[in-house]
Order: sequence, then structure tokens, then C-alpha cells
Amino acid sequence: MDAISLLTIFILSIFVGIEVVSKVSAVLHTPLMSGANAIHGVVLVGAILVTGQSAQNSLNFYLGLGAIVLAAINMVGGFVVTDRMLEMFKPKTSQKDEA
Amino acid sequence: MISVLVRIADTHSTPQAPTWVRLAELGAAVLFILALKGLSSPKSARRGNLLGALGAGIATIIIFFYGSGFYPNGIKNLPFILVAIAVGSIIGWVAAKRVQMTQMPQMVALFNGVGGGAAAVVSVVEFSASSGESKSALAATVFTVLVGSVSFSGSILTFMKLQELMTSRPVVLPAGRYVTSLAALATVASAVLLVINPTNTLLYALLGLSLVMGLLLVLPVGGADVPIVISLLNAFTGLSVAASGYVLGNTLLIVAGTLVGASGTLLTRLMAAAMGRPLTNTLFGAFTAKATTASGKAEDRPVKSASPDDVAIMLSYARKVIIVPGYGLAVAQAQNTIRELVELLTAKGIQVDYAIHPVAGRMPGHMNVLLAEANVPYDQLKEMDEINPEFPEADVALVVGANDVVNPAARDDKTAPIYGMPILNVDQAQQVVFLKRSMRPGFAGIENELLFDPKTSLLFGDAKESLTKVVGAVKNL
Repeated sequence: MDAISLLTIFILSIFVGIEVVSKVSAVLHTPLMSGANAIHGVVLVGAILVTGQSAQNSLNFYLGLGAIVLAAINMVGGFVVTDRMLEMFKPKTSQKDEA
Repeated sequence: MISVLVRIADTHSTPQAPTWVRLAELGAAVLFILALKGLSSPKSARRGNLLGALGAGIATIIIFFYGSGFYPNGIKNLPFILVAIAVGSIIGWVAAKRVQMTQMPQMVALFNGVGGGAAAVVSVVEFSASSGESKSALAATVFTVLVGSVSFSGSILTFMKLQELMTSRPVVLPAGRYVTSLAALATVASAVLLVINPTNTLLYALLGLSLVMGLLLVLPVGGADVPIVISLLNAFTGLSVAASGYVLGNTLLIVAGTLVGASGTLLTRLMAAAMGRPLTNTLFGAFTAKATTASGKAEDRPVKSASPDDVAIMLSYARKVIIVPGYGLAVAQAQNTIRELVELLTAKGIQVDYAIHPVAGRMPGHMNVLLAEANVPYDQLKEMDEINPEFPEADVALVVGANDVVNPAARDDKTAPIYGMPILNVDQAQQVVFLKRSMRPGFAGIENELLFDPKTSLLFGDAKESLTKVVGAVKNL
């Protein structure tokens, strides 16, 4: 894909990114940050690509494997920790509802 | 200008993956957008997170189907790669499952840091492997390495501060500003040189300098500024992932990274606005040298300490009580005990609200998460602007493990490092009770005059133990 198309995608993504979270309530600041943190874990895809394709010597290969481990920690850990936070956000209106 | 555009446009002629793979990537990108959208509302947040995980899962699996049409031999060294994925996934899973609620902030910082590190390494490997990169791809490589490394070392340092592996106070190096400026200059210089004349030596120089920059940026940060920094570093990692997507010609990485970069920047600005000062102040100034000097002068003045029974009586005979939770509540794991106390008081017909400062704790919304864990209903949590006018009517303000966010110096003392930060107007309540471990000043290291006010009582000790005693005393009344 040519550079201008990539640039277009980049610029449009900025607007989408700002737009979708612009109305977030303060209650969800932490889970939102944590969830977004997990999403950039998709750098795992890039790590797999360079390790499986580009790495031409052993140093780069091991660096690539290291990047895979780090990215997988980011991705899996990020989603799991966010889910744990959100698990506690069960909707409740009043304590009296608790039995 | 035209020549630059031509140079930007003439490269990236990488062959394309099969159509269905690219459509699946598009699907993953849409899932990420839906995930962020979902996370913005309490009802859909959990589903949103799962959609994000689904998108990430799809993106990871289809990469193995790029096949021979895209790269000559598909993915090589498959067993090693699968083992590496398994190792990382298990570490991430176990860490995320085991971490206590109180340690969430540093966990997020750590996950963020390793992501930034991964992005930087991806670009380093790609740089070494390819020859004759275009200037735009080189610029993107430089950006990824720089920002990814800053995010990595900065996040690790933030983790160490929060985990108390090192002092959590602002650390000011001798001639710190000059060192930082010099390092920044060297970093930018090596970045520019690398684009002009790409060599491995310069790349590693940039890598090292960027790591140092990350440390220098975070060292002087302390106090309520930490949440802002975590949020900012999160946005940094997102942007470096986007740039790595540009280097690899991968649109999914660009979309995902940019989404995180943009939303993270917005969140960071919300936080900075809550602190009432520009973001540059947070990073380059206010909490530096002055921050540690204010203490000392007031230490031998008398304070009024109270017993758990005194506090129980004050609370039980109040009509309106406002609870101000802070990091100390999280440290002591006292969220369930405080809820129990509030339930007891509510049963007596006392009106009780929680006042949530936007940066109480160590990350945005920290107190909301903590109290949600203890099943405290939403409608008892009031945000700063909503609760501040109510303090003059409150008979007792009970401050549990918070300090800087209730320090009147932010309002009254122009020389205080936190001057200008919006605070909870606890000093306007009829009586104030602080539950504190010691007379130690807060994270920002600033003395709190309110502690010496005649209407203030202090109950020393671990927040959970103190609250348990107060609960017992209230029951016995």
C-alpha cells in the first residue's frame, strides 16, 4: 500500500479515536486506559512478522522472539486485567437491592 | 515540499496479503473501534473489552495465513514463535489474574511498558533486515524506536515508583534541567542523523539515549501527577505501534495504534485539566525542587488525635457525612470495611456520600474501581464539582488515606507546588477526621496545614485496622 494511503488511514484513525472516547464517564477512566493499553498489544502481529520474515541473523531472531513475548504479555495481560476490573462494575442502583 | 511528497509517496510497494486476510484485518480494526466505544459506557464496557480481545485474537491468528503470496516462505521458525507467544500469554495471564486490586495501576504501567518495548524492538529488527528504506519509512522507524523506548523505560520506572521498589517522591538530579535538555538534544540529533545516514551504530545510540530520556522524564514526577504520566505513556506506546505499522506496511497496526494514541491523548488532557494546569507543567516543572522543602517547619506543632470511639461518636451523631477516599484506602485494602461503615451509618439515617477527586489514588478513576470492587453503588460516588458545594453542610468529612487532594495549600498558598490544582473543599466541613498511617506528608511531599486545624482530628494507624475499630465502636453505641 502506498504511503499516502497509509497516511490517510492514520489521520482518519486519529479522528475516530478521539470521537469514540470523547463521552467517557470518569467512572470508566481506568478500565478505558487499561483496555486501550491491551489493544496496542496487537504489536504482537508486527513482532511475529519481523521474527518470521525479516530476521536474518540470530541476534535479530532472538530480539524478535523477545518482542513476541513482551507483546503477548501486553495483549493477554491487558485484556485479562481489564476484564477483572469490569467484572466489578456490575450495575447496582442501591445497596438495598443486595440480598 | 513537492519533492518531499514524492519521496513519501514513491515507496512501500510491498506485495499484498490475500484478500480474505485483509478483510479479516479490517474486521479486527472495526472490533477495536467498537471496543473503545463500548469501554466508554458502564453498561457495555465489559462486552467492549471482550470485543477488543476478539479483534486481537483474530489479528494474531490470521497472520499465520499470510502465506506464500505475501512473503516468499510464509512465517518461518513457527515452533519458536508459537512457544514465544505461549510464554508471553501465560506470563500476562497469570500476572493479570494474581495482581491485587491495589496494584492495578502499576500493572497497567508495566503492561504498557512491555508493549512499547516490543514496538521499539520490532522496528530495530526491521531496520537491520531491510536495505534502502525510504526516508518516510526511516522516519517512522526512528519515531517507533524513540517513543517506544521512552515509553518502555518510563513505564518501568513508574512501576518501580508505585511498587515502592524505589522512593516514590520526585527525584531531582543536580542540574536536572540541563541534563534533561542535553539528553533531549542528543536524542533528537541522533534521530535526525539516523534518517539522513542510516547506520546500526546510530540506531543503537538512539535506542540508548531514548531509554535514558524515558527515565529522565519520569524521575521528577511525583504526587497526583503519576496518573497523568501513565496515561501519557499509554498514548506514546499507541503512537509507536502505529509508526511500526507504517514501517511494516501493516494497516491494522496503524489503525489500532492510532486509536490508542488518540484516545490516550484525550484521556491525558482530561486528567491534566482536572489538575488545573497545562500538561507541560506536569512534565517539566512544578513538582521539582520545591516539592520536598515545604515540610519540616510544621512538624513539632501539636495535632489533635482521636480514638476510634471518638470517631464513632462523631460519625453516629452527624446528619451528613462525606467520605474522601485516597491511595491509603487502596494500600490498606480497606474498601470493604469502609462500605460496612457506610452501611451502618446509612442504617442510622445519616446521609453519606463518597467524594471522588479525579486524580485520587494513582490513576484516573482508581477510587471508582476500588469502591466498585467492594460493591459500593454508583450513586453514592460523587465527583468533585458535584460534591464541593456540599462540604459546608457536612457535619463530618472523613478523609481515609488521602492528603494532597484535600490540601488547602493548592487553593491558598501561591508558593506551594500544587498551587492551582482543584481540591475537595474538606476544610469547609464542620469537623474533619483524617485516618492516617503517620504524619508523613503525601506523595507530593507537601505539608498539609489542615492537619493542624482545630476542627481536625487524627486517627493514626493502618486504615483497615482503624476502620474496623470504628465499625466495632459504632455497633456498640
